Amino acid sequence: MTSTIESAVDARTYAAYSRPLWWRVVMTREFAMIVLLGLVYLIARGGVENFDSPLTLYYLFLDITPILLIALPMTLVIITGEIDLSVASVMGLSSVLVGIFHAQLGLSIPLAAVLALVAGLVCGAFNGFLVGYVGLPSLAVTIGSLALFRGIAVGLLGTEAITDFPDRWTDLVKERFVEGPSFWSGFPLVLAVVLVLIVVFVLLLHFTPFGRGVFEIGLNDQAAAFSGVDVARTKLTLFMLTGVVSALAGIYFALRYGSARGDNAEFLELQVIAAVLLGGVSIFGGRGALHGVIAGVLLIGVLSSALRLESISSNVINIVIGVLLVLSVISSSLLGWVSGLRRGSTPSVPPSNPPDPGTSPGNTGTSSASS
Amino acid sequence: MSADSGTAPVLELRDVTKNFGPVAALRSGRLEVEAGSIHAFLGENGAGKSTLVKVVAGVHRRDSGVFRFQGNDVDFSSTAESKDAGIAVIYQEPTLFPHLSVMENIFMGRQPTKSGRRIDYARMYAEAQALFTRLGVAIDPRRTADGLSIADQQVIEIAKAMSLDATLLVMDEPTAALSGVEVERLFTIARALRDEGRALVFISHRIDEVFDLCDTVTVMRDGEYVDTRQIAEVTPDQVVALMVGREVSDLFPKTETEAGDVVLEVEGLSSLGTFHDVSFSVRAGEIVGLAGLVGAGRSEIARAVFGIDGYDAGSVRLSGKRIPPRRPTASIRAGMALVPEDRRQQGLVIDQSVARNIAALIRTRLTRLGLITSRAENKAVAPWAAKLEVKTNALDMDASTMSGGNQQKVAIAKWLSTEPRLLIIDEPTRGIDVGTKSEVHRLLSDLAAQGMAVLMISSELPEVLGMADRVVVVCEGRVTAEFDRSEATPETVMHAATHVGGHEAGATLAEGVEEVTA
Repeated sequence: MTSTIESAVDARTYAAYSRPLWWRVVMTREFAMIVLLGLVYLIARGGVENFDSPLTLYYLFLDITPILLIALPMTLVIITGEIDLSVASVMGLSSVLVGIFHAQLGLSIPLAAVLALVAGLVCGAFNGFLVGYVGLPSLAVTIGSLALFRGIAVGLLGTEAITDFPDRWTDLVKERFVEGPSFWSGFPLVLAVVLVLIVVFVLLLHFTPFGRGVFEIGLNDQAAAFSGVDVARTKLTLFMLTGVVSALAGIYFALRYGSARGDNAEFLELQVIAAVLLGGVSIFGGRGALHGVIAGVLLIGVLSSALRLESISSNVINIVIGVLLVLSVISSSLLGWVSGLRRGSTPSVPPSNPPDPGTSPGNTGTSSASS
Repeated sequence: MSADSGTAPVLELRDVTKNFGPVAALRSGRLEVEAGSIHAFLGENGAGKSTLVKVVAGVHRRDSGVFRFQGNDVDFSSTAESKDAGIAVIYQEPTLFPHLSVMENIFMGRQPTKSGRRIDYARMYAEAQALFTRLGVAIDPRRTADGLSIADQQVIEIAKAMSLDATLLVMDEPTAALSGVEVERLFTIARALRDEGRALVFISHRIDEVFDLCDTVTVMRDGEYVDTRQIAEVTPDQVVALMVGREVSDLFPKTETEAGDVVLEVEGLSSLGTFHDVSFSVRAGEIVGLAGLVGAGRSEIARAVFGIDGYDAGSVRLSGKRIPPRRPTASIRAGMALVPEDRRQQGLVIDQSVARNIAALIRTRLTRLGLITSRAENKAVAPWAAKLEVKTNALDMDASTMSGGNQQKVAIAKWLSTEPRLLIIDEPTRGIDVGTKSEVHRLLSDLAAQGMAVLMISSELPEVLGMADRVVVVCEGRVTAEFDRSEATPETVMHAATHVGGHEAGATLAEGVEEVTA
């Protein structure tokens, strides 16, 4: 008998995709979020006075920068099926540390910032070790470390605030690309840092073997381990990334407001997670893309900015974002239900396998109904 | 219950069928159990015993066939219904609430109450105590179930069944995890229950126990009823023959190959409580079948060899080089591949596309400047999908949309893409249709012919006998026998796997195990 494997080569070719390109781009949660963002932006431009001014844009970007930064590693963490609730506490801690290192120990801002980043890395490693190697649930671990890191931050400074930052640095984080009244003056320089990190995280998640492993862990960590993905190390890495990026956001926060306080950026973690989920990332892990998350962050930014210009209180803004989040979660499970329905009713959707000769076709109906 | 139990069986199942999608688990299940008797229910793994038991328990609903209990037609759609009717099923590993007391476990959901719907603990204690006295065991009803031995947990399940006044008790491999003394106690209880007029169904792979305990035996094979006999009228060998009895040789396209150098060498591998002192080797161009019953420790050995789990002692060598424990990546790099038993949970990321699944192990190779694209993955994956004739519309279809056989092909393609020297394949054809089954067999045969070393774990005896050049039999975590292709027959392998008679080595080892666990 000749080798059947050899003879089967070239017998079969495969289309790479079952749907045309436009379908794969348009029929996604991410695209829906981008369209929604565009709509909200256009409505705000048309209906809200001063919304189209560069100054509005400028403050919008300054406001969402910390959320956007932390949402990047948070997306990866949530795709593995974990969560990091301690990010805002790490921000608070790192802003306090920058203040202490600079104002009380006399270190230069860059050195103080590097030390704060290291502290963030350590915080992340603490979470990541407990989640990845000890195997504790991240929800419990990071609720604990949320309180722990915040407690350290408040404990270090008490109720006082360090406001003694050099203007050179506080101005730098608020610097614009272009001065003057033009549209481009709406873009702060800090966006360059954000852009670089966006590129880094997009490549990491969507274009590296590491990123493929992140998705596999979220879909099925057991199967990922059988394929040689180091689940524990991946989780440790991701929590260290949220830690260090949160610390970066904390440094930015301290310099932007010129104030290092223990309660800086309290409750920001909820906005970050809301933005990530709004952007189409599944809280159960395994699904999501960064362009959706970026759209989700921008949507939250545009909405709160527009509503604030209309002098609507922040409570209402929170209500709107909350409703949006719940709706988006409902819509995704609704979408899943609808596509499941379609898959069940039209047999052409799954690949057409010939029926198994061993079964009688009359029984399939009853078996599927009872199972 | 009336006294006419001699004429009408308590439980009567005839021509019962059950399909799971394209897989026919039961073609014609039949089981008739009389009151006041212990009925053995036997068959190889996959013969359909468990499915039939689950129909009786109300876990599954049959697709067709007769199902009568105490003379009435019944159709249970939930386990609660079958319990209410008086059927108790005791599984191999009972599921108790570990943090509740023994008596709370027994009376879960129907606690005796005092006025004001308060739980009457005093009465509960007294009733539990009375049950244990009847069973002749000394378990404190107030202790928590946490930390009880499996044997004691089973006794609690039996006590629960008695408190429900069950007329039929089904015990699914109750002795698998018990020591000799515990088995004797269980048998004493079972005989007492029989003498009370209850009907018992006893599922076991240990033929000697069946002959020790049971009155009647029903054998199933491949989802079909084979025969029912009185125990007094048959011999153990006849029962084994009924379980196995089929022609094997022509189904499997095994080509004769010349075995080359030793590829895998496992020496003295031990893991506490799972397997002990396991040694065997696999040569290039050879298919070695790892046979044994479900739960004998075969998959655990494979997992330890590959490095998913650790081990306490022993060594694993691939082409002479020591493979470090607990490092699947190192094993993969050394040229090992493991197609695991459970393809939905372990073999594949089932909700991921075919392309990403197949590329999972080779993706670091597909990177350029550290980056990988879907295009590169698709390009690398297509030839492997073609080699295995995977049937799919496109490479971006989720594996979950495919049939079991196609999923298995994707899993195999994924592992072959690493071009391994050793392929460990656990249950290569479980739950896949007949056509794909023979394709997989032909593939394994071809791979061996090309010089790959193949370690095949299978619970299907015909598959092992038809495919393997050498058969290593595992029983309760120990290698009990090793046969050449010429020596391996259904009888010899089954005997070594259940250590019925004959094999002295198997018998002594088993006694050793019992002493250790006792």
